[in-house]
Amino acid sequence: MSTMTRRAGLAAFGLGTVAAGIAAWTRKTSSHADGRDPLRPRTDPVDSARPRMDPRERLQRYHLPNVALVTHDGKPVRFYEDLVKDRKVVINFMYTTCADGTCPITTANLVQVQKLLGDRVGRDVFFYSITLSPDQDTPVVLARYARAYDVGPGWTFLTGTSDDIERLRKALGFAYADPVEDANKANHVGMVRYGTEPLMIWGTAQGMANPKHLLTIFLWEFDRPLPGKALRAPVA
Amino acid sequence: MPKFRPSRLSEISRRNRQEIIKARLSRRELFRMGLITSSGYLVHKSGLSAWADGGCNPGECKPGCSPPTIAFVDPITFPPLLPERNPAVDPAFTFSPPNAVPNRATNPATGIPFEGRTQVHQFRDRFPPQQFFATRMRPNFNATFSDDPRNLARIGKNLIWGFNRGGAEASDVAVSPGPLIAPRYGRPLVIRRFNELSFDTRGFGVPEVSTHTHNWHAGPDSDGGPCDPTTGADSTNPFKQGRFFFIGQFYDYFETMARAGFDTPQFTATNGDIRETLTTLWYHDHRVEHTAENVYKGLAGNEFIFNDFDTGDETTGFRLPSFFPYPAFDLPLVLTDKLFTPDGELCFDTFGLDGLVGDKFLVNGKIQPFMEVKRRRYRFRVLDGGPSRFYELFLTNPDNLNQKIPLTAITTTDGNLLDDPIRVQSVRLAVAERADIIIDFDEIFRATGARTIRLENRLEQVNGRAPTDKILPAGDGDFLMEFRIAGNTPAPDASLSPAQMIANARAAGKECTFAPICTPPRPTDNAAAKEDRIRVTRTFRFERRNGQWAINQQFADCTRFRFTIERNTAERWIIQNNSGGWQHPIHIHLEEFQMVRRNNKLIRRGDIEFGRKDVARLGFNEEIELLFRFRDFRGGWPMHCHNTIHEDHAMLLLFQVADEGDKNRTP
Repeated sequence: MSTMTRRAGLAAFGLGTVAAGIAAWTRKTSSHADGRDPLRPRTDPVDSARPRMDPRERLQRYHLPNVALVTHDGKPVRFYEDLVKDRKVVINFMYTTCADGTCPITTANLVQVQKLLGDRVGRDVFFYSITLSPDQDTPVVLARYARAYDVGPGWTFLTGTSDDIERLRKALGFAYADPVEDANKANHVGMVRYGTEPLMIWGTAQGMANPKHLLTIFLWEFDRPLPGKALRAPVA
Repeated sequence: MPKFRPSRLSEISRRNRQEIIKARLSRRELFRMGLITSSGYLVHKSGLSAWADGGCNPGECKPGCSPPTIAFVDPITFPPLLPERNPAVDPAFTFSPPNAVPNRATNPATGIPFEGRTQVHQFRDRFPPQQFFATRMRPNFNATFSDDPRNLARIGKNLIWGFNRGGAEASDVAVSPGPLIAPRYGRPLVIRRFNELSFDTRGFGVPEVSTHTHNWHAGPDSDGGPCDPTTGADSTNPFKQGRFFFIGQFYDYFETMARAGFDTPQFTATNGDIRETLTTLWYHDHRVEHTAENVYKGLAGNEFIFNDFDTGDETTGFRLPSFFPYPAFDLPLVLTDKLFTPDGELCFDTFGLDGLVGDKFLVNGKIQPFMEVKRRRYRFRVLDGGPSRFYELFLTNPDNLNQKIPLTAITTTDGNLLDDPIRVQSVRLAVAERADIIIDFDEIFRATGARTIRLENRLEQVNGRAPTDKILPAGDGDFLMEFRIAGNTPAPDASLSPAQMIANARAAGKECTFAPICTPPRPTDNAAAKEDRIRVTRTFRFERRNGQWAINQQFADCTRFRFTIERNTAERWIIQNNSGGWQHPIHIHLEEFQMVRRNNKLIRRGDIEFGRKDVARLGFNEEIELLFRFRDFRGGWPMHCHNTIHEDHAMLLLFQVADEGDKNRTP
């Protein structure tokens, strides 16, 4: 996976077809404000007094660090390059001994969502759960946890060094501004991040919400009609 | 140095001042530019720390990292008026007439339905539209926040999203705030909004939109809400559309231009209760999960509604300062705060949970503009455009900080007429609240001799959670804009002073100054008419659990309505803040409320919150009692926190109004 090129990633996860379809869509409709391809980021930066950072690169640098992690299968991976780049993803933090109810309910909710999404998970959409107790939650412990919750393929549990996990947690915004509140693991943020990395769109759901609601908002993210994408037939 | 400031700040201030000296700006110049206060310290959060010491990294998006800018060098701008269009000939309408039934035919050019709306306009037959407007949401890659070359060198052109005046041509560029809509009661209207946005967002914004007309009394078809189980939120097929609409689609919003109560026996003949007249509204995007970033990117504007009393002409009716010919003396002031990366790009942290406070203060889309004013009265419609900042607005004479300069509020903090104008030293606004204020610059000039008066926010707020509730000393707050009083003699002014209005109304024996638009009688527990009788008391606790917002221990759910209100009845709602160190402006769609009590303290006539409101500012550990009537329309609407970051994450519930209601007391 780590050697997969961006192009291959796009093709594999259905986004390549999106990109391919855009040009045709743009040709067909001149209604767009300035006639440009609405999906393709501008290669010329917005007129500016100073050179500006590419926004996707900016998001990667500040929020999607390429830290080294280990999957529950014991495989070493890089967070950005191998797990997030070019993908539609669902990400949360948990730990196997979490007793406050947040993790078990969230995990159970996401299991239901995964079942409703069927074989799309692992093919079109990827689920990641990152442990907040990397010292206890070894790959073996995480694999056992995944089996206990009947987690299906396409959902990867991740551990790593404490420093890397902390960096990732803060970058993804699962942190509180107040250091005392933040240091108390019982307060850990029960939110779920979901997004489409190449579109730079990131949403935040409540992990303990109704799984049907979670499915709905995820599908609004993952099944959006993109210009040029083949749409499902309208329902009467 | 005020005592509450840590010494670290004085160190930063000292360093900043040295940087400024190096930059060859005198203290006097800085003072004039609003960058330094009389006591010698930099206006807090002015972004100067990023000037020279390079404390921020490229692309970083946080308070203190925006490039420095010079204040009061740009003249204020006002959005254009949205022009009326003739649907018989205008290309915005001829391809698909503005019908009550949505046009769900597939557009062959896009492969999706022409229109994003899925519901028929309620009461459309009873109120046939007489006015038609169009507007197109578009990216604008050439927006500037200041046109002064010194500022432009630091914050150059930027991408924003805005609304245009409805033309299909590329030259009709989108602006933010969007064009002002200025309709009149009695003339029903349709606004067709096109989504011509793009996925080229430069890092934030979702080009799927639902435009909410904030405070308008509309059916779900035209409310512009976030999501609704009856329109696809219970479906796995996105084609059914949750509420928002996609690039290439349009959506027709219908406004009856009738007052609430029009479908109750008491007010059928008059098309509603005149006491429910709405005045200062705004429209903004409401895309579920992504409202904050879309509004921040520019998808917002004003709608001011006139009537036979508030006419827009200072020689008639209430004789408030004239709106027409626009722009005259009745003007919008949309307050927003923003962040920029050190390289000058507008940025928004889509990974933040607390809320976003900016270090640049914008009025009508420009950073700290100035406005030349005549020596006469003006009516300003001030809006807190968010995303998270609360304001306490004062008028400050920068040359004499000890002077107290009053202003007059003529509306509640949600832009609806008070019974009587009230003279105040300051106005507190939470996100989405609006206040119409009268400022008499002739009176100020005569009383103070000042030619320069600044609008200053003196409420301290250091993060997106809440203000600290500390009022900073005059001159130590955030200067939002500068008024420059011109003229050696008073300017012609046919408007009445608020004091004169009050005196005239009393002399005429009127119930209130703005009669007949006086606060309606409150619903009671034993009223005879069912629309006046409180049917149920419901309690809502706004809470937080593991970083997740909850209302009565339940989380946001677009797939179901939490409770059902019986149409044309009244209810009492108790809302409580149990979320710790947070404040929440709670907004309820469909109908206004009257706030009866705040922390068990009765709100009385003469209080700025006595009247009709749609946002309840819920302070630390507060409890507020609200009374509502839910009339006319059927369907589903939300209640949510209007700190739009809290709203997206998702401090929100859905309720419905139907012919039969429930009595769930803690829904």
